Amino acid sequence: MPAKASRAAFGEALLDLGAKDERIVTVDADLSKSTMTVNFAKKYPQRAFNVGIAESNMIGIGAGLALTGRIPFTCSFACFLVGRFETIRISVAYTNANVKLVGTHSGIAIGEDGYSQMGIEDVACIRSLPNIGIIQPADEIETKQAIAYAVEHQGPLYLRLTRQNLEPVCPPDYRFQYGRWLVLRKGHDVTLIGSGGPLFNCLEAAKRLEADGISAEVINAACIKPLDEDLLVQSAGKSGHVVTVEDHSIHGGLGGAVAEFLGDVLPTPTKRLGVHGFGESGDARGLYAKHGLDPAGIAVSVKKFLHR
Amino acid sequence: MAEVRLESIARECRVQILRMLAHAGSGHPGGSLSVIDILTTLYFGRLRYDAKRPDWPDRDRVVLSKGHAVPALYAVLAKAGYFPEKQLITLRKLGSPLQGHPDRTTLPGVEAATGSLGQGLSISLGLALGLKLTGSKSRVYCILGDGETQEGQVWEAAMSAPKLGQPDHALDNLVVILDYNRIQLDNFVKKVLDIEPVTAKWQSFGWPVIEIDGHDLGQITKALDQAEATTGVPTFIVAHTVKGKGVSFMENDPEWHGKAPKPAEAIKAIREVLGVTESAWEEYLKTDTTTRAIVDEIAVLEKK
Repeated sequence: MPAKASRAAFGEALLDLGAKDERIVTVDADLSKSTMTVNFAKKYPQRAFNVGIAESNMIGIGAGLALTGRIPFTCSFACFLVGRFETIRISVAYTNANVKLVGTHSGIAIGEDGYSQMGIEDVACIRSLPNIGIIQPADEIETKQAIAYAVEHQGPLYLRLTRQNLEPVCPPDYRFQYGRWLVLRKGHDVTLIGSGGPLFNCLEAAKRLEADGISAEVINAACIKPLDEDLLVQSAGKSGHVVTVEDHSIHGGLGGAVAEFLGDVLPTPTKRLGVHGFGESGDARGLYAKHGLDPAGIAVSVKKFLHR
Repeated sequence: MAEVRLESIARECRVQILRMLAHAGSGHPGGSLSVIDILTTLYFGRLRYDAKRPDWPDRDRVVLSKGHAVPALYAVLAKAGYFPEKQLITLRKLGSPLQGHPDRTTLPGVEAATGSLGQGLSISLGLALGLKLTGSKSRVYCILGDGETQEGQVWEAAMSAPKLGQPDHALDNLVVILDYNRIQLDNFVKKVLDIEPVTAKWQSFGWPVIEIDGHDLGQITKALDQAEATTGVPTFIVAHTVKGKGVSFMENDPEWHGKAPKPAEAIKAIREVLGVTESAWEEYLKTDTTTRAIVDEIAVLEKK
C-alpha cells in the first residue's frame, strides 16, 4: 500500500460513504480542493455547500444542518477551523450538534506555507470542550475506517488530518475502535505513544532503540479524546516510562492528555515530544528534524529520558 | 379579535418576565420586554409546534440569537406548555434547566445554544437548509439584536443566506427579525457603533427588507404573511422596538439592559404592564388572584 495523505483518504472515504448515506453533506470555506471534499461536491452537488471564506458561518451552518438530522462534514485547515473556537464552543459543543469537524493540514509538516497555515494548537483547544471527541488517524486504512465511524457516531467529533503522505502503519486486518488504541509493536522498557503524522517515525525510532538494547512499545493513539485509559495504564505500568510524540504543540495535546491522566491515576515519568514555539517555513523533513520528531530525534530523546 | 388575544398573552408574558427576573436577582429586562410582542405573535399566532413533542421534525424553529433576552423565550415556552409556569422562578438557579442564556440540551423547546452573540443566524441558515434538503415545509425564525449585528459572523451569514442552497433549496423558509431597540449594554447603539443604514445594508446583501413597529401585533402578523409569500430568498424584518417596553422607568434607558428589578420595582413594573393606577392597585389585586399570588411571592423576596 503506497503512502497517502489522510486528507486524500478522507476524500475517497466520503465519496463511498456518500453513495450509501444521503444524510452526509459537506460544508467548506473555499478550501474544498485542499480538504479533498471536491470530488464529493462534483458527485453530489446538491449536498455540498461552499460558503466562501467564512469559517465561523461554515461551522454554524454545519450545526444547523446537524440539528435537522443531516451529517455535515465541516472542513477547513485545522488552524482556520479551530481558530473559530468560540463558534465551535457554543454552536457545536454546547449545542451538542452532530457536526463532524474536519481539520486538514495539521502540524508543522505542511512545511513551506509557514506558521500561519499550521494547526498546532488545535488539539489543545478542542480537548478543553465537553461533548467533542478527537480522532487523528495515522494512515489510509485507519482514516477510511475513522471516517466511516464518524458517520455512525452520535455527537460532534474533531477529525485531525494531514496534508502530507503517510506511510502505512496499521495492519491490514486493523479495525478502528473509538476510545481504543492499538499496540503496533510490543516492548517493555518504554511506552512510545504516537498519533497521526509522526507515528511512522516512532516505529523507525523503535528499531534504532532496539539496536541499542532498548525495548520500546509503540502505541497508535488514534483517539486523543477519549484516551484508551486501560491500555495506557497497562503499558505505562509495565514500562514505567512514557514518551508521547505528536505534530502539535507540546502544550495541551496528546502529551498533555496522557500526562494529566497518568498524574491522576499512575504517576509515571512522561516526556512530551512535539512542537516548541511557533512553526516556520521549511521542508517537512527538516522541520521534523528541528523539532526532534524524526526517527533519530525521537530515539535520542528516549535514550536521554531513560538515562536521565 | 385575534390581536386582542395576542395582546392579552403578551401582557401575561411581560408579567412573567418581570416575575422571573425579580426572583433571579439578575438578568436582562430591557431586551426581553422589547422582543416579547414578536415572540408572542410567533408562538401564539404563527408557529406550528407541539409542546408535548418538542422534537417533532416538522415543527417550525425559533432561534433567539440575542440569547440574553431568554426570559421572554421562557415566558412564551411556559405559556405554550413546554414546562409549567411555576418553573419560571427557577431562572438562573443552580440545577435549573432555565439557564441564564439558552441551553438546548437542558430545556426542550430551545433550538440552539445562544448568548455568545453573532452565532444564531448561521445556525438558522443550516436549519433552513437542512429542512429544505429533507423536503420539510417547516420554517425558521431567527431573532437578532441590533447591537448583535456588530458581530462579524452576522455579516458572513448575511452575505451567504440569499445564495445558499440556490436554486433548488433556496432559503425562503427563513425569516430574520431584527429587534431594533436602539440600546446595547454600554449605551445607545448609535453612540457605541451606529449600525445604520440597516435597511440599505441588508438589501444590498440581497434580502427583501420589511420595516415595522415591533410592538404592533397587526404589523408583525402582516410582515410574517409577506415573508411567507416570498419565494426564492429569505426575508429580513426590521422591527422598531422600545427597550423595556411597557415599564415607564425602564423604557429607553441603557441602565435596564442587564439589571434585574428589585422586588418593589418589579411589582411597580407589573402594575404598569397591566395598566393599573397606583390608587386602584389594591382593589385590582382582589379581582386578579393570579397576579395577586405573583405579587405576594415577589413581596416575600423583599423581606429576605
